[in-house]
Amino acid sequence: MRIKEHPILSFEKKKEIHFTFNGKDLVGYEGDTIAAALHDNGIMHFSNSIKLKRPRGFYCAIGNCGSCNMTVDGTPNVKTCLTRLVEGMIVESEVDEVWIDD
Amino acid sequence: MIKRDLVIVGAGPAGLSAAKIVLEAGLNVTIIERAHVLGGQLVKQTHKFFGSKSEYAKTRGIDIAKILIEDLEEYKNRLEILTDATVVGMYPDYMITVYKENQYLKYKANSIIIATGASEKFLAFENNDLPGIYGAGAVQTLMNQYGIMPAKEVVMVGSGNIGLIVSYQLIQAGVKVKAVLEASSHIGGYLVHAAKLVRLGVPILTRTTVKRANGKKRLESIETIKLDDSWKEIPGTETKINCDALCISVGLTPLHQLLSMANIDMVYISELGGLVPKKNEDYETSMSYVFACGDVTGIEEASSAMIEGKIAGLMASKALNKPHKDFEELKEKYFEQLNNLRQGPFGKKIRLGLKKVGEGNC
Repeated sequence: MRIKEHPILSFEKKKEIHFTFNGKDLVGYEGDTIAAALHDNGIMHFSNSIKLKRPRGFYCAIGNCGSCNMTVDGTPNVKTCLTRLVEGMIVESEVDEVWIDD
Repeated sequence: MIKRDLVIVGAGPAGLSAAKIVLEAGLNVTIIERAHVLGGQLVKQTHKFFGSKSEYAKTRGIDIAKILIEDLEEYKNRLEILTDATVVGMYPDYMITVYKENQYLKYKANSIIIATGASEKFLAFENNDLPGIYGAGAVQTLMNQYGIMPAKEVVMVGSGNIGLIVSYQLIQAGVKVKAVLEASSHIGGYLVHAAKLVRLGVPILTRTTVKRANGKKRLESIETIKLDDSWKEIPGTETKINCDALCISVGLTPLHQLLSMANIDMVYISELGGLVPKKNEDYETSMSYVFACGDVTGIEEASSAMIEGKIAGLMASKALNKPHKDFEELKEKYFEQLNNLRQGPFGKKIRLGLKKVGEGNC
């Protein structure tokens, strides 16, 4: 969900950017990182813990923690919190199944 | 291989401030920044700064970032800025390797300033990895930089300035802040920030911490527990709070990895947040011509990071035999400003930490 009203910041509606996540068509906006656009689409499950496969969301959003890594346009382990969304991008989580919030 | 007088790693308040000084001194500079915008964490700080006028007190962090970037405009011909670029290695022969958009670049610098900043600490409790448990800074990035609602109902852990300020900013974004938890017996941050929250009806619960998080696939609720005088949990005081996000704001730790990788002498100082480089009075690390400034040398605030950046810039310009024309005057001024910022009860921890690391002058 996007912030519509804010006392200090203004978030104008920007150009739509279309991308796919695990084969599903999604829409983000210009300037979004992949992680921001995913969060906006109700996706908070970004990866699994290595050993116990526990679901993980992002933690830091600035490229430190590594829990948002995904395969982007075929490149594995891309930090989605730092990578800007580009039209036609193919984003795939590196877990078998992710859950999506309603 | 690209040869430069100076390479600065990190374009936050420290790195940008250092760049300006070195450019003024007439050197050429490359700034390498991992994010796609300059300004570091200033770009999400919508609050007005405290401190003194020389460090932009009363100006919002987002506007300070703009000022620092604009200040570099006039030196465009000697300044190279790499964004979306991550430094992946630093070697004893002053070689810096960079990964930028599928390219591997090599830089050879006569001098290097490390201004990599810090990362958020984590807290140990049951189920602390559930999606919905975020660093307070992460939530701030999501809402203030990208305009996305991080959650509907949030509990904040930690009542330091970041915890208090981000709680207020969550409310500004339309999120309900159900409580701020503080393990110690008193509020950690400035009371003026705490008072704003209390006026808006947010309870600040001292001597309280998170016992566990609950939820199947994502965070649904947390359980808090009271702590006694010796910080032990008091059984029977568990309280459930429903929330879809928990923000962890329990401090920061220096992003020391690049310095450690280069075998620079490091020392663990808890008051400064973790591993920090040993440095001499000239801000030089154990590797000559390598300087460090800002949070990577000890967790403080953006205000002190800016001054430290200026000092590191001055020292680098001198080391490269092209000292800034006002070197002596500025050096004295910046050290005085830094000492002033570190006065008073809130600077006590920093003063103690710096003493341990051997910076006796503060």
